[in-house]
Amino acid sequence: MLEILGKTSIDFMGLRRYSFALSGVLVFVGLIALFQIWRGAANLGIDFAGGTAVQLKFDQPIPIEQARQALVHHGFGEVEIQDITLGNKLLIRVKAQTTIEEKVAEKVLETFKKDFPSIPFVVDSSYEIGPTIGQRLQKDALIAISISMLGIILYVAARFEFRFGIAAAIATFHDVLAVLGVFYMLEKEITLLLVTALLTLAGYSLTDTVVVFDRIRENLKMRHRDPLATVINNAVNQVLSRTVVVSLTVILVLIPLTLAGGEVLHDFSLALLLGVIVGTYSSVFVASPLLILWKGTPGKLLRRS
Amino acid sequence: MKPVAGRLFLLSIAVLVSLVFFLPSTPLFSAMPEWWKQYLPNKGITLGLDLQGGIHLVLEVEADRAVEIKLDRDMAAMTELFAEKKLPVESVKRTAPTEVTVALSTPEAKEAVLNLTDDQFPTLSGRSSGDRTLGFSLRPDEAERIKKAAVSQALETVRNRVDQFGVAEPLIQQQGLRQIVVQLPGVKDPARAKALIKNTALLEFKMLDEDHKVARLLPSHIPAGKEDDVLREFGPQILPEDEILFERHVDKQTGRVTKTPYLVKKRAVLTGDVLTDARVAIGQFQEAYVSVTFDSTGAKLFERITAENVKKRMAIILDNTVYSAPVIQERIGGGRAQITGSFSTEEANDLAIILRAGALPAPVKIIQDLTVGPSLGRDSIEKGVRSTVIAGALVILFMVVYYRLSGAIADLALMLNLVCLVGALAGLNATLTLPGIAGIILTIGMGVDSNVLILERIREELRTGKPVRPAVDAGYDKAFLTIVDSHVTTLITGFALFLFGTGPIKGFAVTLCLGIAINLFTALVGTKVIYDLLNRRGRMERLSI
Repeated sequence: MLEILGKTSIDFMGLRRYSFALSGVLVFVGLIALFQIWRGAANLGIDFAGGTAVQLKFDQPIPIEQARQALVHHGFGEVEIQDITLGNKLLIRVKAQTTIEEKVAEKVLETFKKDFPSIPFVVDSSYEIGPTIGQRLQKDALIAISISMLGIILYVAARFEFRFGIAAAIATFHDVLAVLGVFYMLEKEITLLLVTALLTLAGYSLTDTVVVFDRIRENLKMRHRDPLATVINNAVNQVLSRTVVVSLTVILVLIPLTLAGGEVLHDFSLALLLGVIVGTYSSVFVASPLLILWKGTPGKLLRRS
Repeated sequence: MKPVAGRLFLLSIAVLVSLVFFLPSTPLFSAMPEWWKQYLPNKGITLGLDLQGGIHLVLEVEADRAVEIKLDRDMAAMTELFAEKKLPVESVKRTAPTEVTVALSTPEAKEAVLNLTDDQFPTLSGRSSGDRTLGFSLRPDEAERIKKAAVSQALETVRNRVDQFGVAEPLIQQQGLRQIVVQLPGVKDPARAKALIKNTALLEFKMLDEDHKVARLLPSHIPAGKEDDVLREFGPQILPEDEILFERHVDKQTGRVTKTPYLVKKRAVLTGDVLTDARVAIGQFQEAYVSVTFDSTGAKLFERITAENVKKRMAIILDNTVYSAPVIQERIGGGRAQITGSFSTEEANDLAIILRAGALPAPVKIIQDLTVGPSLGRDSIEKGVRSTVIAGALVILFMVVYYRLSGAIADLALMLNLVCLVGALAGLNATLTLPGIAGIILTIGMGVDSNVLILERIREELRTGKPVRPAVDAGYDKAFLTIVDSHVTTLITGFALFLFGTGPIKGFAVTLCLGIAINLFTALVGTKVIYDLLNRRGRMERLSI
């Protein structure tokens, strides 16, 4: 029998002082990111902020500074140009508020045709999104997140107990915020695809948490005389090898996607990769200790402990 | 314990059905016999725009404008009616987007006017708005009806145009109250396609006002961009029932654009709704023009108008741009007219398409425009597929190394999972997008999770010294609730995403929800049957796990 971890007996509950401190920092950064997004100061993708993004693929490398000058020269006030190193590509973004004209994408193409006539290019993609749609997408994303959170709390509360539901929701929120925070710090673009990734990892982290909770519930029924911390510790240790193996396999899937999945999948997979790591950590170090922290009246499962 | 044969049967049916559904998505399908193509599923998975290249547009129908247009028409009809009945009406004007004010010369005429309008214009509600004025507005339910009709008519028109433009598998749908989503996969010339969709294509025939002094003062040519100057200079001098419109000329050699202003009467003598056909033809100087045919009412009307206006000039106007303003030489019967102008064959062709497809009832705005070039799409597919294959191989290898035979059984379940998921997607004619691929990957991840859960549980049971068969059974039993719980919670997320997500998020949610359902099936039924099969051959002493 090949085993990564044998039988373990780590005192996870005793470590909660440190884990809560670390999580506090992660959540704090995430909240800052959320606040910055809310007031529009974060690097919002055009699908949320509205505007135009054109990605051009050139036959030869094109100096980014010259491209910028040409665009400014042709009347684009505030443009963002991103160099995609794979295959001479430039991503040009014009946010909605800097221009009132409609044909931004066409104007960008004309600029390059005029100023760099010797360098042919093809349009990889071109996105134009009105500001109203961006706002609606933002609202839709928020609603989707709130509804799923509520649904999760209710389901877990019904299957386990109310405090399990709350703990699971907090742990899930913790993971989403942590990854959002990291992306904010890395100045990555907040796009619809990233929101999809965040929701995916919310689903994943939830699965992880539920698996641990399930074992805690099972153990509580069998050995209700032990102190709560011991029961939880044993449960976490029992599922630890499963937790590690699963995380490992998912990481095995995500590494090739991050490294070789192409520019579109890269950020998505990176978010998931971070999410898996944080999600695994949180189900062990955040969700489970939260059950001890709760000082309310115990429900049907914890009453006997 | 259910009999093994029944479950095996169920599994093979699931695999078979999935393969049949998935077959049209593979090149193999073209080699299948005719009867197969005809009676069995023949529409596989469609690739999304992000994978295939193409245009995704969201149009917003300016439905309020449709109401205004309707009100303008009512206003013109009112003016005519009042003149006909000789009512003491001084003016009929639109004072607000949805409000028409009628000024009377005597307050006593109010009653008569209101009676007449109530009778003739039941959709307008009129009331006294001043000493000698009456205010008319559209009834709210009627305004709402017009808006709704405008959106559905716009949808129909856009669909007609796209059909005639010739795009394989376009998607045209209403979204929300006022929006239309148009997806054109694999379009080569996005700008042309967009123009074709966006043009209102309101064709009007209007008489020139040649008697007014402004008509003689207007310059014959102005550079493009100077239209506002002309309007500022001459606008205040013209009659309220007249307007200045421009014709566009392009110099073939230099490409320079010039404009010719015309003074025309606002009231259209004929509009494009009487058209039955529009075709491109080539004139004697090799220039392309569009020949239009009217229906019988239109033909009669056109004959009468031309007869009454011989030697006068009539402007042919599309979307407020004059295409030509010929002098009527004689009465024109037969219900045909020609639209000439300086356009290329391609432009003439597109013009004919939009005239045939009909005018949009109101202008549309493009509020979202995503264009993906075919090269990026190909790139995304190649890289996406390659990295997914590598990822899959790594997982399969890991499972076999870590869990041996049991790992191989789990791998089998994963394959089964993938086959069923792809089959289900094909069965629903789903569109595969990048987030969709991500959903598939997540599902594989969850599939691994379920199997690992079961295997770890079996290991635990074996450690307590149980024989193989009870250990396997107990492992499955104990893992069952955990798997259900973890899947249902994720399913809740998937549902919320499906209900409230838009576009790519929705696609992701569909894949996720399907994947979870299939996962539950394969993890709980699929692998267990193999263990039962192994056990049936006699008591297993050891399990390779």
